[in-house]
Amino acid sequence: MLSLIRRVFPRTMPVLAGYIFLGIAYGAAMNARGLAPGWSALISVIVYGGSLQFALIDCLTRSFAPLTIAALALLIQARHLFYSLSMLDSYQGTGWRKPYLIFSLTDETYSLVCNGAPAGEDAGRWFTAVSLLDQSYWVAGTILGALMGSLLPTEALRGIDFSMTALFTVIATDQTMDAVQKARQGEWPLREALFAPLLGGLMTLTSLLIAGQESFLLLAMAGMLLLFYARWRTLKGKEAAA
Amino acid sequence: MNSIQILVTILIASAVTILTRALPFWVFSGGRKPPAFITWLGAQLPRAVMLMLVVYCLRDVRFDGAQQWLPAFCGVAAAVLLHVWKRRMILSIAGATAVYMALIRVIV
Repeated sequence: MLSLIRRVFPRTMPVLAGYIFLGIAYGAAMNARGLAPGWSALISVIVYGGSLQFALIDCLTRSFAPLTIAALALLIQARHLFYSLSMLDSYQGTGWRKPYLIFSLTDETYSLVCNGAPAGEDAGRWFTAVSLLDQSYWVAGTILGALMGSLLPTEALRGIDFSMTALFTVIATDQTMDAVQKARQGEWPLREALFAPLLGGLMTLTSLLIAGQESFLLLAMAGMLLLFYARWRTLKGKEAAA
Repeated sequence: MNSIQILVTILIASAVTILTRALPFWVFSGGRKPPAFITWLGAQLPRAVMLMLVVYCLRDVRFDGAQQWLPAFCGVAAAVLLHVWKRRMILSIAGATAVYMALIRVIV
């Protein structure tokens, strides 16, 4: 177990940097609004979703509105449907670990597991170690921030949460380099390699311009589904003709 | 809100989050094999989602002054260039984050 964690830990270091810092910021923000550290810790354990947790701070200090909370949570979290859809295969056969793997599939954890486990590793154990380490960073950061947020040198750390953006950018770059390499080796045409990343980037950007920051992800997801389906139909058509 | 209302609010947020993460697994559980399109889509999504997340992270970037967008732009560019050059994940991420953290302090 310890040696597995030693192998997994370096992969999770970018998430460590981002989660500890964002967790501290979250715990401190909850504290500043008069919400007890126990609540912050509970939320980071059982909700475990950064964007939603920050949005909830405001809700928790207003009057009780269960339906609004449900709608807000659905709007912010809907993107997780995509992550689960693409992990259906990989998480199959992970046994008793599966419920936790599904529960803890955040943006960052997804980015670390979506390309599979390294060769020679037991996939279920690898995914579990990544997921557990990531959540422990988040919870640790939250508790740290809630208990002593005002004492920490947050100014020195300002901007370290950019490691999340960098993580996603680097993984996208890595995936694209892989796909282009496969295209060079003749495994698939280049436009097949570039279709998914171009669609993901351009559709999200377009949706942001059309719908604004609050709800653009739903539009982007719907658009992607539609165009992916059209693409799939075209490919099927070509296969049938060939 | 009293404590019970806070607790219920948290439980709702948790339940909806779990729903969004678990729904595809419930729908395609047991003997039901996902349709061919879903299997194909699942293989395409990681490459589409990663750029969706990059845009998602940058959604608050404004363009009404260099200090608003230049650090993020250079940070992303550094991540891509470092990775194409050395292809060492930790190096690319640490380098890009350092570029960003330096620029938000230098450009005011």
